[in-house]
Amino acid sequence: MTAVEEVPLSPAGNPIGFGNMKRVEDQRFVRGQGNYVDDVSLPGMVHGAILRSPFAHARINGIDTSRAEQLPGVLAVITGKVLEGIPRPDLLGDNFAWMPTLSYDTQAVLATDKVRFQGQEVAFVIATDRYIAKDALELIDVDYEPLEPVMDAKRAMEPGAPIIRDDKGQQDNSITDVHGHKDWESGNAIGTAEAIAAAQADPDCVVVTQEVMYPRVHPAPMETCGSVAFLDKVTGQLTLYTTSQAPHAHRTVYAMVAGLPEHKIRVISPDIGGGFGNKVGIYPGYVLSIVGSIVTGKPVKWMEDRNENLTSTSFARDYHMTGTIAATKEGKILAVDVDVLADHGAFNGVAQPTNYPAGFFHIFSGSYDYPNAHCKVTPVYTNKAPGGVAYACSFRITEAVYLIERLVDCLAAELGMDPAELRLKNLLRPEQFPYTSPTGWVYDSGQYENTMRLALEMADYDQLRREQAEKRARGEYMGIGLSFFTEGVGAGPRKDMDILGLGMADGIELRVHPTGKAVLRLSVQSQGQAHETTYAQIVAHELGIPPEDIEVVHGDTDQTPFGLGTYGSRSTPVSGAAAAVVSRKVKDKARQIAAAALECSPDDLEWQLGQWHVKGDPERAKTIQEIALLSHGSLELPDGVEGHLEATTVYNPPNLTYPYGCYVCVVDVDPGTGQVKVRRFIAVDDCGTRINPMVVEGQVHGGIADGIGMALMELIAFDEDGNCLGGSFMDYLLPTSMECPDYELGETVTPSPHHPIGAKGVGESATVGSPPAVVNAVIDAISPFGVRHADMPLTPANVWRAIQGRPVRVDMAVE
Amino acid sequence: MQVSMNINGEPVTADIEARKLLVHFIREDAGLRGTHWGCDTSNCGTCTVWVDGEAVKSCTVLAAQADGHEVRTVEGLEGADGLDPVQQGFIECHGLQCGFCTPGMLMTARWFLDRNPSPTKDEIREAISGQICRCTGYKNIVDAIHWAAEHPRTNEVTA
Repeated sequence: MTAVEEVPLSPAGNPIGFGNMKRVEDQRFVRGQGNYVDDVSLPGMVHGAILRSPFAHARINGIDTSRAEQLPGVLAVITGKVLEGIPRPDLLGDNFAWMPTLSYDTQAVLATDKVRFQGQEVAFVIATDRYIAKDALELIDVDYEPLEPVMDAKRAMEPGAPIIRDDKGQQDNSITDVHGHKDWESGNAIGTAEAIAAAQADPDCVVVTQEVMYPRVHPAPMETCGSVAFLDKVTGQLTLYTTSQAPHAHRTVYAMVAGLPEHKIRVISPDIGGGFGNKVGIYPGYVLSIVGSIVTGKPVKWMEDRNENLTSTSFARDYHMTGTIAATKEGKILAVDVDVLADHGAFNGVAQPTNYPAGFFHIFSGSYDYPNAHCKVTPVYTNKAPGGVAYACSFRITEAVYLIERLVDCLAAELGMDPAELRLKNLLRPEQFPYTSPTGWVYDSGQYENTMRLALEMADYDQLRREQAEKRARGEYMGIGLSFFTEGVGAGPRKDMDILGLGMADGIELRVHPTGKAVLRLSVQSQGQAHETTYAQIVAHELGIPPEDIEVVHGDTDQTPFGLGTYGSRSTPVSGAAAAVVSRKVKDKARQIAAAALECSPDDLEWQLGQWHVKGDPERAKTIQEIALLSHGSLELPDGVEGHLEATTVYNPPNLTYPYGCYVCVVDVDPGTGQVKVRRFIAVDDCGTRINPMVVEGQVHGGIADGIGMALMELIAFDEDGNCLGGSFMDYLLPTSMECPDYELGETVTPSPHHPIGAKGVGESATVGSPPAVVNAVIDAISPFGVRHADMPLTPANVWRAIQGRPVRVDMAVE
Repeated sequence: MQVSMNINGEPVTADIEARKLLVHFIREDAGLRGTHWGCDTSNCGTCTVWVDGEAVKSCTVLAAQADGHEVRTVEGLEGADGLDPVQQGFIECHGLQCGFCTPGMLMTARWFLDRNPSPTKDEIREAISGQICRCTGYKNIVDAIHWAAEHPRTNEVTA
């Protein structure tokens, strides 16, 4: 089945509309001609480096920078005390030492009173060369008074635990108030509790409770974070080249942080070497490069190294979840209740929409039809790096899907029922859409059973189960894991969703030049998603202009209209919709101009891709290119129609879009070593209309690899002293070509009814859907040993311990 | 110290500190920004270049060690007759997304195909196992290198 209709080809052989099209971006990347932040070199540029705390929790009694300042080549050494002396005239704080996070918390730019995580920023050196800047870090003497670190979210909530955020006057380590949103609870507490109690009392029902941890992981894009800042003291213009997934939002926050007028700030995100959420937040390093330019009068470059990236920038997950699922013995799910302890690190640095302090976690009721669901999330501070919403997760949907898909498998084990059969019994049915979930989401469209049956068919599921039975009889441990996921992406409707008060709508601008070539200016930004290709295809689909005749401009706040950026799979659902809407505005205007030229009424015209012609007389036509020239010429235009062929729009999505899919993973486990081999991975995604199937499939591939990594290898753990144990690629293991199989992809197409082209977005689907498929497969393989659950990452050691009946906490180096 | 090397057929000489890494020499002194830096620990391979025909990770080679040697980078892949087949293969098979790991992948791929012109896909997987890509999940990279093997340059010496 394919989503792509036959479309005409352009002179260059590209589809004039949707379909596979080679990426225009590749031409520069395969030649080594990309332009990433570290490739930016400005005249007179100098280099910054950050001194970071070796302690997770310590008081700073003094910092002596004198030796560093004397090192030849050092221009300045900036400490928190220096920043405290710079007044900041805004509502969010009174000096530069602290900055707002995207969650209405504060975060130290440079530590003044205490350090609160290992790797926290303590001082910033600016020198003529990056080697000298690093040398100078060694010459800074910091007098630390170590304090007891709080590394365990459970310990953080115990009476007598050290208070991490004493700067805020906190009396404990709970995060209690995010811009008035004290309530981190969702769903029907009473109804869910009653349903579970009734099930417990009913001999025809079962209730299963399982603790499930989603440990801390890191997006680890290949390009680390960095920036080049230049404040021109003559013009007052700040230009910031930066690794940002959201250049416009960053500009506004810099205006708030730096007190600089927003119209004098230009944020440029050039080519970005992967984001995955890591480049949503604003890091102290970015602010310090700006401060450095203010202090030195020169352009200042700051690029973090890999250790800095892994230990200080936005981590993901760290959710300790306890789920309870009630069902009848026939396998009909009745209720799910969830309790979460959420480790946010030392500063609440998540980037959730304001009204959703726990993100979209409460979509955990998943793809199944049951009336009662409830969750309560308790967020806490610990002495770990801040962050929390990164790594292709769509605002905590990754955690939610992992939880429900593990719970369903635990329920299947309890019932002795096949996990595929259990899912099929409970999937939402097509006639239930639009479906309002028990926690209030309105799923737009879905044909879940079709998708699941296709996945089972592609996998030859029944044959796999027979093979598994034969192998078990021989003492071989093969596992088959399923997941069915539903995401809500494309945040979001302005009335509900904002970041720091900025509504999540996106602007766009389309101009057709006199010769019929066009330029489309986007608010969103690409970190590899091929926007320069796919957005041209959207305009081509709407207007019939060949995609090679459409230039897509993005990533520069001076060149593009305002919008919230690329994260949470929001580009296609929001900005992609904007591209279709703005094209339709141009098409409507073109109709009026064509009518004037053909001396008829606009109502007499009909559209055929690329031209307006008189109904019933295709010879009397004006192509979009001819109309573009007419719009710039001397043709007398109707009243109210201005010259030139261009339009702008701001797209405010009426709802989220809800892509979904069904994944099947097949693994082989060596019970002697605990080694897991992923043999097959089948993924059937339904993301609605596919603009460029090649690009969609590429994103699914990447997400599956992410899921294999998280399920089997990736972990940011800490020891009890607060040392990060995942600070390099020697310790933070990422999947290579050897751990990833040759993926088998399928598709169903259920367009979103409210999106102009029916597209739902796919950027994070596989990262969300694949971890539970892999984990369910491993647990299925070792279930003969009595294992019902083991936490990620399922490294050989952890699998072996689970087989031995001695599972351990994976997130702490403690036995 | 003064260091001289030949990069993509062009002599490059600079006065540098003895501790300077080859990746920084290539990027800053030779001004060739296609070679990227990614991890410091030889794990990710985005900095892969050739020294005297051998693929090396330039983040763990000193520029001084390349003094007097021949270096080839991604900028040296394209010939007068167009893109190298590995470059074309990455375009044909969607073997890249953000593009950051791509130069290192291409240099390893060309090095590998020069030694094994007709590899199996498993051999390709092993060849790139010292390179990390966070976007593609590797499948299309394997396909791209396989495409290149099936479309050698007509004048290419592949023995």
